[in-house]
Amino acid sequence: MKKISLLPVIAMSIGLLVLLGYLLGPFIPLLNALRFELTQWAAIVAGAALLVGVGNLFSVHLTKIRRREKGSAYSLLLLVSLLGTLMLGVSAGAARGQWMQYMVGAIIVPVEVSLMALLAVTLVYASIRLLRRRSDGMTVLFLLSALVMLTAAISLPFIGTIPMLGDWIGPWLNSYPVAGGARGLLIGVALGALVTGLRVLFAMDRPYGGK
Amino acid sequence: MSELIGFGLILLASILLLVMTILKRKSPPTFRGIAALARLKRSAGLAVEDGSRMHISLGRGSLLTQGGAASFAGLALLRHLAEQTSLSDRPPIATSGDATLAVLSQDTMRSAYRAATAEELYKASNGRLSGLTPFSYAAGAMPILRDEQVSTNVLIGDFGPEIALLTDAAERENALLVAGASDPAAQAVIFASTTEPLVGEELFAAPAYIGKDTSQRASMQVQDILRWVVIAALLAGAGLKLVGVL
Repeated sequence: MKKISLLPVIAMSIGLLVLLGYLLGPFIPLLNALRFELTQWAAIVAGAALLVGVGNLFSVHLTKIRRREKGSAYSLLLLVSLLGTLMLGVSAGAARGQWMQYMVGAIIVPVEVSLMALLAVTLVYASIRLLRRRSDGMTVLFLLSALVMLTAAISLPFIGTIPMLGDWIGPWLNSYPVAGGARGLLIGVALGALVTGLRVLFAMDRPYGGK
Repeated sequence: MSELIGFGLILLASILLLVMTILKRKSPPTFRGIAALARLKRSAGLAVEDGSRMHISLGRGSLLTQGGAASFAGLALLRHLAEQTSLSDRPPIATSGDATLAVLSQDTMRSAYRAATAEELYKASNGRLSGLTPFSYAAGAMPILRDEQVSTNVLIGDFGPEIALLTDAAERENALLVAGASDPAAQAVIFASTTEPLVGEELFAAPAYIGKDTSQRASMQVQDILRWVVIAALLAGAGLKLVGVL
């Protein structure tokens, strides 16, 4: 006898209820209430998944250290930091919030900001290399428009924005070609997202242990 | 009113998807060529032959947010690529920046291995959570590109500008890079830093091009029909505005 999986049935039912709650919630309050309840359940499950994810991160780096793979010193640093933060969070009592804020402000934020700064350099370098990789019309247009938009945004001492470019050409480009192009891209992405969502809803794609 | 329009659009898309899936079983459609996806298809076969590894990065889009759809497209592509390369000496690695997505990537890979009748080769550690903030995710995925003999990098899902760090790392290793993102800022970065970018909705087309699933191909045609509907609506709106009705 063919085994019937309950997972797609549960996923489809809950997905449909949430979707109907979103669309018909203003007309049927019960559907709206169900939508909020089920979304809260999803948030709780996502919280549990976070623990599983961190466990996965821990086990991957522990294996790297055990096998003495390249870069295992960084893995050790990661595990020590992870466990240290966990201990601090669990045991610091009344001062816990203050310590956690300190960890975020003194370590995480500066590191992320440094990476952001690195990103600016990486992007400039990538733009220069773009001409070497692809020297077609689209590339020239891309680089030219990036240059014009950057120049239009510059504010010079005593003068302010560059005349014509800063107060007329830049805003016009932003309002019409840029906004139009971005909307076109977003409409395409939205249609793709809609169809992908429906595929999951109808169990055509099953990223939850299905076919 | 907007809820009813949304309901109508979803209903239309649902009916079209189901009808097209049934119709296209008999006559599979042909698509325009997308260079990046053609190269990806070839490199999946080559990865098995030369024993190199594929790295599929799914971004950091939580399934509870708008970025979730791009993550689902990435998971569908992962399913096909993992099935095709599961027998390689170096199995594919999937990284993500969201815990739920990491769990789903493990489950998707397990399903792919099962479909390839190679479930005993599956390792949960090949579906990894590399970081929980945008930059820690990118920083966590970068060593994989460098140290794990990766020949092909697929970056597909919900990314932000931090994708530049990953594209730069891939280029340093001379690995094939196929990248697509739903966020316009990330798309601009991808355009500037890759040879063959996936622009706009092309990222949602990737599973249909790589796999042989009829329903995936049907969903491509549904997207085309919906695009024409939107174009007609935009033109009608502009016309009505012009004559002063709106």
